[in-house]
Amino acid sequence: MKLISEKRELTSRLFRISAPLISILVALFVAGFLLMAAGVNPLLAYLEIFRESLGSVYGLSETLVKTTPLIFASLGVSLAFRMQIWNIGAEGQIYMGACGATAVALFSGIENHSLMITAMFLAAFLFGGLWGGVAGVLRARWQVNEVIVTLLMNYIAILGVDYLIYGPWKDPKGFNFPLTAQFSEAARLSEYFDTRFHSGFFLALFCALLMYLFMERTVWGYEIKVIGSNPKAARYAGMRTGLAIFAVLFLSGAVAGIAGFSEVAGLQHRLQHGLSPGYGYTAIIIAWLAKRSAFGVVIVSFLMGVLLVGGDSLQLSWQLPIAFVYAFQGLILFFLLASDFFIHNRLRLIRGGQHA
Amino acid sequence: MLEILLDATVRAGTPILFATLGAIINERAGIINLGIEGLMLIGALAGFAGTQASGSLLIGVVAAFVAALLAGSIHGFITVQLRGNQIVSGLALTMFGIGITALFGRSMVGLTIAGFERVAIPGLSGLPLIGKAFFNQDLLIYFSFFLVVAIALFFYRTRWGLALRTVGENPAAADTCGVPVILTRFLAVAIGSGIVGIGGAYLSLATTPMWIENMTAGRGWIAVALVIFASWSSYRALAGAYLFGGITAMQLRFQAMGTTVSVHILQMMPYFFTILVLVISTIRLQKGASQQPENLGQPYDREDRK
Repeated sequence: MKLISEKRELTSRLFRISAPLISILVALFVAGFLLMAAGVNPLLAYLEIFRESLGSVYGLSETLVKTTPLIFASLGVSLAFRMQIWNIGAEGQIYMGACGATAVALFSGIENHSLMITAMFLAAFLFGGLWGGVAGVLRARWQVNEVIVTLLMNYIAILGVDYLIYGPWKDPKGFNFPLTAQFSEAARLSEYFDTRFHSGFFLALFCALLMYLFMERTVWGYEIKVIGSNPKAARYAGMRTGLAIFAVLFLSGAVAGIAGFSEVAGLQHRLQHGLSPGYGYTAIIIAWLAKRSAFGVVIVSFLMGVLLVGGDSLQLSWQLPIAFVYAFQGLILFFLLASDFFIHNRLRLIRGGQHA
Repeated sequence: MLEILLDATVRAGTPILFATLGAIINERAGIINLGIEGLMLIGALAGFAGTQASGSLLIGVVAAFVAALLAGSIHGFITVQLRGNQIVSGLALTMFGIGITALFGRSMVGLTIAGFERVAIPGLSGLPLIGKAFFNQDLLIYFSFFLVVAIALFFYRTRWGLALRTVGENPAAADTCGVPVILTRFLAVAIGSGIVGIGGAYLSLATTPMWIENMTAGRGWIAVALVIFASWSSYRALAGAYLFGGITAMQLRFQAMGTTVSVHILQMMPYFFTILVLVISTIRLQKGASQQPENLGQPYDREDRK
């Protein structure tokens, strides 16, 4: 007897669509054993995750607060994915976006609310874009590996923000904490229902819609898809792949940078240490789970928002480190990759000596 | 002064050296491994926990090797047997490593062990300038020297080394010659990952003998970049790792001297220089004959053979 794998002639549509969900469920199952090994009852922990994130108006508002930056960052990452470009630098781009928005909020002196918010938005867009664009230039001009460049630039961005908030931008009235002064009212997004839920969420949804239209209804979106699936054909068709690589990494970083704007203008109202707890890394998983769909990004971002709010709560009640959420996300990806194999192949037992 | 700097260079470069060597073994067999950062953390925690439980540094190092080998096998299985996307699987491994070490490292925070101590090699340790840096070090550093030479000999002087290189260059040809492509690739990923784990263990057993959450701080990514700088050669990996050890050593030296430059700006230097070196070595790679394994990043499926 021998176990062999062979290619399926037809892939099951049902299995293809349900694969991400199955991966999440299997990951929950396996993570349960890890939690048990760490001395935590997984059933209670999972129950708490759902209760804390969805069980009350406050919980739901917190989930949406975390969903917001995830949508922006994941849209950015998934845009690059469409062209087979890997932007692992969303985390740094969020920090740079926040940095740009903060510079405007603190030093522009604009008093008009709409004008201020628009200027902050544009600064975040530009800062995030430039941060992604560096990797774009290097990749387009010299084929420098964009995975490593974008990743290393995360460390530089986070240290750069640290430099500012420990140094020149530190709030003189902040008791020496690493944070800037609070923004004026003009530099804050509206909040609703007496919660931290803010209008950045609607901007994120609008951004997802724009991304959908951009990819599906414009020539640029079409070019990105062609270059992604067949770069040789794209070059024959006269598409300028080098320029496209730069443009996509710029735009990808810019959209991730908006997450930084939304965080400082909508939520934190200042630039501070630990601005993002790794939204940029979670965004990579979301973009991969959502495959090619902007709509999918919104849904999966919400699921990850549930996980993050639940993770925060477990940190308080069980002293579980929040980084545990990463282990869970890694497991989801492993199972998703494995399920890809079973979408295209099947296993069969054959008797020794026989050949299929 | 120069002697001290050189000594600090070797000590700061060693964890990156092990990680780069492990990554080279992966990539020579054709598999990109972006899980290096996670594997280093797993090695650091397993090494510390093993030593803490047994009181033996050797057992700690073996535990680090085995733990990282097992974690790396997940990446191996997904990318080699299941032909999954190597970049995504590697990123997943890094996230998994960060998360799982945070979870299981909780009980290790604050504990201490007796770390590796220096063992002077009689005669050589007294040499001017290089004596202290290269011949009055701990056993893991001597082991890293051995590994650099052993890996070079393995690649170019043994039949298995040839098989490993061939499955990275031209797996279809290797298959035709009867080399078990899938098994060779899988073993390269697993054993390479184990060596990366020893690099992590150096941090928790020698650099600072304790466990700190996320203590690798991006060294794994620097190692990934150094593979390209080293053009997949173990000797050049040594040069690259010490180059970065040197930058780290100088940065620490500046801090100790109480310079007015912000500590955050100084801490950026290793990352900044890694990008710079990556750009330069990529450009150089394109000008000369590329040493990059021909089939790097490509899954092998016998049915697709042309």
